[in-house]
Amino acid sequence: MTEHNAAPMALSIRDLRKTYGGGTEALKGISLDVRQGEFFALLGPNGAGKSTTIGIVSSLVNKSDGQVSVFGHDLERERGLAKKHIGIVPQEFNFNQFEKVFDILVTQAGFYGIPAPRARERAEHYLRKLGLWEKRDSPSRMLSGGMKRRLMIARALVHEPQLLILDEPTAGVDIELRRSMWDFLIELNGQGKTIILTTHYLEEAESLCKRIAIIDHGRIVENTDMKSLLEKLHVETFILDLARPVTKAPAVEGFSVVQRDETTLEVEVPKSEALNDVFSQLTEQGYEVLSMRNKANRLEELFMRLVDRNLPEEASA
Amino acid sequence: MSSYEYWVAFVTIVTREVRRFLRIWPQTLLPPAITMSLYFVIFGNLIGSRIGDMGGFDYMQYIVPGLIMMSVIQNSYGNVVSSFFGTKFQHSIEEMLVSPMSSLIILLGFVAGGVARGVMVGAIVTALSLFFTDLALTNVLVTFAVVIMTAVLFSLGGMVNAIFANKFDDIAIVPTFVLTPLTYLGGVFYSIDLLPEFWRGVSLFNPIVYMVNAFRYGVLGVSDVDVGFSLLAIATFTVILFAYVLWLLNRGVGIRS
Repeated sequence: MTEHNAAPMALSIRDLRKTYGGGTEALKGISLDVRQGEFFALLGPNGAGKSTTIGIVSSLVNKSDGQVSVFGHDLERERGLAKKHIGIVPQEFNFNQFEKVFDILVTQAGFYGIPAPRARERAEHYLRKLGLWEKRDSPSRMLSGGMKRRLMIARALVHEPQLLILDEPTAGVDIELRRSMWDFLIELNGQGKTIILTTHYLEEAESLCKRIAIIDHGRIVENTDMKSLLEKLHVETFILDLARPVTKAPAVEGFSVVQRDETTLEVEVPKSEALNDVFSQLTEQGYEVLSMRNKANRLEELFMRLVDRNLPEEASA
Repeated sequence: MSSYEYWVAFVTIVTREVRRFLRIWPQTLLPPAITMSLYFVIFGNLIGSRIGDMGGFDYMQYIVPGLIMMSVIQNSYGNVVSSFFGTKFQHSIEEMLVSPMSSLIILLGFVAGGVARGVMVGAIVTALSLFFTDLALTNVLVTFAVVIMTAVLFSLGGMVNAIFANKFDDIAIVPTFVLTPLTYLGGVFYSIDLLPEFWRGVSLFNPIVYMVNAFRYGVLGVSDVDVGFSLLAIATFTVILFAYVLWLLNRGVGIRS
């Protein structure tokens, strides 16, 4: 049982389908529940259906079938109430390039029916919070890429939604900014906001999100909490840096060892086996290991396995 | 959303639209002022003095209502088509689509923006015309009703154009190849009674003939067509086009995948 199990549903998707005009079936009946207060990751390769799902939830894409409800409000029948609860941070910059930063936020608040004086207060609050207050009178096109990303987050928050959906929010931003955005998102989640994140940085999902769904070819292939998902990873691959060069990979009983170059080995370690055995056997054979690291992020490894398993025949052939 | 919230959202769109065309006034307000001044000088003063009376008025007085109407038509249409297509092109339309605003509010906001620019340019052209001739409103109600309804109608027309446009060429085609010829052949510079019977009959299929003449009636008290019928026709077209654009927006044509 997680702490969120009793919380009301922030987003509920049932049998959602989308077929585009050209006949492309982007979503083949996905169902998903995200509870209030969760930090949820939606992962999937390019073209898997993540952006289509977010597009439907944010009313930018017309669904073909299925139901979406936000905090119990059906997106079709109670569109206004449902949309009030959602804040969207899209993948691409989508503000007017000629408008001033401050005006963009005040206007967005106005679209939600927030009167100008209150809209100005909130715009100032979020621009200060995201370090953009000094740029309030600049046309948005004059901002750097990182500032534009922060502007989109400020804009999504100006009507104070309970559910924040971010589509690849840290794509193309430097490490420092990414870390500060993570901190800000954690702070928002701590204040009770439900956050749904799509990302290509699996480290991001693993660090921030407690629950995760993986979507591939328009279907949910995994939907669970992060801990359970990572437990499914039966084998981890480690890279060992040796003190001295070797001519061939040493034999280590019970483990698969591959030589990558003359001082680097790659060792697959099943979850059931202790990593100590690897070091014992290598030490006995006279090998000295200087350092060790994961070959890939654990989630990345699992993601690749899940997505590979789901590849269509022609793609995997 | 409550009615007050809808009102706030509507005012927000109108404010943004007005701010946009005021910000780029050298592209939106100045060109019609210069163009119409040239019309007044060349057609009104230089050529008009040789033409003599038309419809019982000197030529300058006769063409002024038509030129004001031409400004209203071109600017209300131009404002909505460029603004709405601009929001599509920059994807900033998504700011509105994700919000709880209804399509009706979006439509009313853009139309009000188009009407504001049409009326403002119409007022500027009217003020300029007073340097060249005298104008007295014969029927204030008809004058304002025609201006507002025409601005609404052409704002709606601009919206349809913008909804279906996929590239900037698409928003230039209609004004260049449809709107301008219809306006020039819509009785701005002449009375359609001067045309041979056949061409007069053809002109009656041009909706702009009714708008120009109804407005000329409001200002000068003369018209080539029945004013009551003109007002009814403009109102009918406006209602039909409004319903059509609302239907397009509700279905997400041109704006949602």
